[in-house]
Amino acid sequence: MKIIVLVKQVPDTWGERSLDSATGALDRSAPDNIIDEISDRSLEVALRHKDETGAEVIVLTMGPASAAVALRHCLAMGADSAVHVLDDALAGADVTWTSSVLAAAITHEGFDMVIAGNESTDGRGGVIPAMVAEHLSVPHLTSLSEVHIAVDVVNGSRETDYGTLTVTARLPAIVSVTEQSPDARFPSFKGLLKAKKKPLATLSLSDLSINPETSFGSTGRSTITTVTRRPARTAGIKIVDSGNAGVELAEFLAAGRFV
Amino acid sequence: MSYELSPTQQALSDQVRDFADTVVAPAAYEYDTKRSLPYGIIDQMGEMGLFGLPFPKEYGGQGSDYFSLCLAVEQLARVDQSIAVTLEAGVGLGIMPVYRRGTEEQKQEWVPLLASGKALSAFGLTEADAGSDAAGTKTTAELEGGDWVINGSKQFITNSGTDITRLVTVTAVTGQSTRPDGSVKKELTAILVPTPAAGFTVLPAYDKVGWHTSDTHPLLLDNVHVPEANLLGERGRGFANFVQTLDEGRIAFAALCAGAAQGCLDESVRYAKSRNVFGRAIGSNQHIAFKLARMQARVHSARLAYYDAALTMISGRPFKMEASIAKMIGSEAAMDNARDATQIFGGYGFMNENPVARHYRDSKVLELGEGTTEVQLMVIARSLGFAA
Repeated sequence: MKIIVLVKQVPDTWGERSLDSATGALDRSAPDNIIDEISDRSLEVALRHKDETGAEVIVLTMGPASAAVALRHCLAMGADSAVHVLDDALAGADVTWTSSVLAAAITHEGFDMVIAGNESTDGRGGVIPAMVAEHLSVPHLTSLSEVHIAVDVVNGSRETDYGTLTVTARLPAIVSVTEQSPDARFPSFKGLLKAKKKPLATLSLSDLSINPETSFGSTGRSTITTVTRRPARTAGIKIVDSGNAGVELAEFLAAGRFV
Repeated sequence: MSYELSPTQQALSDQVRDFADTVVAPAAYEYDTKRSLPYGIIDQMGEMGLFGLPFPKEYGGQGSDYFSLCLAVEQLARVDQSIAVTLEAGVGLGIMPVYRRGTEEQKQEWVPLLASGKALSAFGLTEADAGSDAAGTKTTAELEGGDWVINGSKQFITNSGTDITRLVTVTAVTGQSTRPDGSVKKELTAILVPTPAAGFTVLPAYDKVGWHTSDTHPLLLDNVHVPEANLLGERGRGFANFVQTLDEGRIAFAALCAGAAQGCLDESVRYAKSRNVFGRAIGSNQHIAFKLARMQARVHSARLAYYDAALTMISGRPFKMEASIAKMIGSEAAMDNARDATQIFGGYGFMNENPVARHYRDSKVLELGEGTTEVQLMVIARSLGFAA
């Protein structure tokens, strides 16, 4: 069985995250980029199956050059190989682009199953797994807290406000997992050494036979046209009670349509 | 000449740092309060290969070196000195003597098990009247019918009473000779005691000032029988053989000190940037910024000193003095940084749940364990030609 795990490098949630005021995009030059925790958990699901059955586990990311660090981390945890889609034309790609490129890369590698996190901690779109599933024309089991993989079927549990759903799909399929899925393992020292020798392929858009001009067109992509900083906060109004503070306060609230 | 880490060393350091921050740190206060060892965390450290770092693969190790162990110890000590010393003593004092001096059979029996982290081992040298002065040892071992029969007591023995302790190496007097000048020379020998064993009693844990999570006990040996083949190294060389082990241990201990000093600095920098008093972050006050600058200088010096000692050792050159310097200035850096950190935190620095408060309690032992500061000064003074 061949399992592809979608992983993403994100800015550390403990650090300061900021937007580039020129492009409106996330500033990824910040020093503390780490692998998204949900990516670690997704990989853990795949590795547990690998531990039991010897399945092949490939990690896939689309991101800037620095994202290779996240892939090496995954290889140290136990993934067999890694694929890095790296192309300057993808800077600022929205979910539409990203999902079609990931789907092309998944098709390029071949797969029985794809595992992804339900949403990243930076973009928080939460739609990539579903969009990739649509591109691949395979079933998608969303937001699972538990995943059980068998020979040709995947079962899982989804927690909802109303109860727990038990869901199932024939393979090939794509599943997304939530942060309720098990904690990821830490790489062993042997894993670190092995990771250096494991294959890490870098694919450009042309390797995937994607021409950004024609494949994506000018539609179907959201772009940021202007960026305006939030205005600085100004001093508020101070009401000093000289007998009619209540009236003044009511007038202020009415004028601001707060009441 | 360079102190830059190799990509593998950097990756190891980063992984252990990540593990320390996400697994060890959140549990530190709980286990410090309960005064018990978190076996789940020790097990994970075993899975990561940390107990096997300096040992070859044929003995179940990771085939790395002592410096890698130091890097791991440093990262753990940033957030929890007790967990760091469990690793440091487990490897440096527990496994290393068996690996260095054991017979092939002894190594095959013990090193793979201990390097996996599934079992811990301890080194029982210190007694009420014997520590740095090992000649004061009163514990005895006599050969009787093919067994060593051991009697005596030991003190302050790290990792000796955990649920997974399986081996305690003890030093014992196995005879004596008379020197030409008429003085008596005790014959000190190291013997492997697999535990539990009849007559081997782990006495209740000490009520320590700090290092609450680390397992430290007095031991009582009352007619403990072990096979004659459990002799470790040569008879009568029980101390001499392990001086090198102790010198090595000082380097890993110095790494622990550097980590502790770094942990105090990290917490303080974060707090100095976020804590606002009189309308501004306290770090914008020069007296706080200067305190932090001094803390950084101490961490930097402590780290360079242990890097230097470790690399000197690995290159095969004499490193006794370097190890003592690293241990001494590292322990002082940790103690000084812990004091400054608690001051920066003000009242919060006096609350046990605050990591810097724990570092404050934990750091004192750094000036005492693995040779007091005074013992380090003796070693350094001797390197200058003084019979200190």
